[in-house]
Amino acid sequence: MSKELIRLSNCTMAFDGEVVLDGINLYINDKEFLTLLGPSGCGKTTTLRIIGGFQTPTSGDVFFDGVRINSVPPHKRAVNTVFQKYALFPHLNVYENIAFGLRLAKTDKDGKRYKLSEKEIDQRVMEMLEVVNLRGFEKRHISQLSGGQQQRVAIARALVNRPKVLLLDEPLGALDLKLRKDMQNELKRIQQAMEITFIYVTHDQEEALAMSDTVVVMDAGKIQQIGTPEDIYNEPKNAFVADFIGESNILDGIMREDGVVEIFNRKFKCLDSGFEKDEPVDVVIRPEDVDIVPENEGQLKGTVTSVTFKGVHYDTIVDFYGFKWLIQTTDFCPVDSRIGIKIDPDGIHVMKKSHYSGMFGDYSSYSEEYEEISDASIDPEEEEQEDENEE
Amino acid sequence: MKNKISWLAAPYVIWMALIVVAPIIMVVIYAFTTAQGGITLDNFARMGTYTVIFTRSFQLALVATIICLLLGYPLAYVMAKEGPGFQRIAMVLIMLPMWVNFLLRTYAWMAILENNGILNNFFEAIGLFDLINGIFGTDLTYFRMIRTQGAVVLGMVYNYLPFMVLPIYSVIIKLDHSLLEAARDLGANSALVFRKVIFPLSLPGVLSGVTMVFVPSVSTFAISRMLGGNNQMLLGNLIEQQFLGGAYNPYLGSAIALVMMVIVIVCMVVMNHFGEGEEQAVML
Repeated sequence: MSKELIRLSNCTMAFDGEVVLDGINLYINDKEFLTLLGPSGCGKTTTLRIIGGFQTPTSGDVFFDGVRINSVPPHKRAVNTVFQKYALFPHLNVYENIAFGLRLAKTDKDGKRYKLSEKEIDQRVMEMLEVVNLRGFEKRHISQLSGGQQQRVAIARALVNRPKVLLLDEPLGALDLKLRKDMQNELKRIQQAMEITFIYVTHDQEEALAMSDTVVVMDAGKIQQIGTPEDIYNEPKNAFVADFIGESNILDGIMREDGVVEIFNRKFKCLDSGFEKDEPVDVVIRPEDVDIVPENEGQLKGTVTSVTFKGVHYDTIVDFYGFKWLIQTTDFCPVDSRIGIKIDPDGIHVMKKSHYSGMFGDYSSYSEEYEEISDASIDPEEEEQEDENEE
Repeated sequence: MKNKISWLAAPYVIWMALIVVAPIIMVVIYAFTTAQGGITLDNFARMGTYTVIFTRSFQLALVATIICLLLGYPLAYVMAKEGPGFQRIAMVLIMLPMWVNFLLRTYAWMAILENNGILNNFFEAIGLFDLINGIFGTDLTYFRMIRTQGAVVLGMVYNYLPFMVLPIYSVIIKLDHSLLEAARDLGANSALVFRKVIFPLSLPGVLSGVTMVFVPSVSTFAISRMLGGNNQMLLGNLIEQQFLGGAYNPYLGSAIALVMMVIVIVCMVVMNHFGEGEEQAVML
């Protein structure tokens, strides 16, 4: 790809002795769409705020275009931010919100102060309104806009300054699912059209996979894996990444030799190599990589314990020797039926053991997990109600 | 709004009707009647006589309000920006005088500002008068501070400053911090963040502060009588005289009160029009 633009070198951040970021090393290329992905509290927003200049790392360095910018304040960085709750100025209309940055005096290369002409401001604001599809809204008040429209204004307000890098802090978090999908495409389109670097923070793995050139998976203040969406999905580095990105069955295995891994005392062919002989490993098998076959033809044999219709496929939970797997299949297998499964070598991914081993990838508590998911879907509504009350 | 518990507001509604609405109606009726009971506009015709007092009242109230704003805004701003420790101490210091009786506070100022009061005695003691007399050849023995317009304004500022500080403070402290970060992100330095975001968004607080200082200042009679003496009579004193003083004429008094009220309302409407668009106007 193209040249490196931002580098975080061994960045550590601690608040009151509590370490939030732990030795982050990361470089970001020009014109790249990079996503910081992780659960809440993993340090992704802090990383973004360090790049934006709102926080100075406790130790470590931040470089922009090769220049150390640790102590450069936000207003002097060629970086603009789209804030989580948009942070639009309530006293200004759409036009003036977008023009905010343009109206401020600029400093040119020779250090001379100058202001943009009213004509140029107008031209750039109008151009930006076009980009975000908000032509005709310029006189509107912020409070008269829907969430999706506010979102677009926030993006336009940042982009109109032609930053080298746009930072986006969970910008789609407050939107409903449909709108979120539309905005994902929109953002990707804008990023490609404007040819600038996007650094995007989210906890939504689907969003990360769909939009990014590079995904940085974070947990507990540390980077767990950096790679393309395909890499992250197909070759997760540890149980945390495998579990966080998509669904996965994670089993204990023993690497007998290159290309052969043993699970439940049966040998499976795989494509992985480079492990010690007889090294204990974590084995990831994605639910969609499992083929259901008649019981007597299967590499493993098990009993179906639950089936959930998901539209495209069935989520089938199968008990293999006491360990429950999630299998996504278009074949309906009734509960209590005996089935066999086959796994192709490229459907098996072997990982080194890590401190995340054994924490994820078992679907024996599947129904509880569903309850959690349905609980979570109640929360946003409650939040909305609170918001309405505040208004 | 129809609500099952709306009857809970009934006591207050009755209270308002009896204690606020009814007297205002009385004032309006009195203003348009004579002692004999006939309807007249004479009470308003006599208003011209008191132009000086009207002008002085609004002038002094305006000056006091401006001084309160100039003193109060920076204080409110610093309070909102400082840590909770500073906030608590500052808040106590602002509220402390309000726990002392209003008249007592103003009497204290009398004792300080008298011709032979505390301040003049202090100047005497440090030899200020001797010094001035030596230089200018005058024979000053005291500064005339009490019974001046300055003393009246001082009394207004002293008594009403908290009403300016508190609403401004409560608006600034509630400002969404991400707005300030957004402004910085877009290239504004601290001064510009203040001018372009903090100040415009604090205007609702300024507006209610100005209202809460200006209205009691323009109608005060205790401060002007105690610190202004007879030569700095304000509208409040004029009205008081019509009801309690020798010039007993409640009809004229009501007319003056009504005119004052209308002027104040017009001022407020104009001001509120200024701050239109600040939906989150915080009225305390």
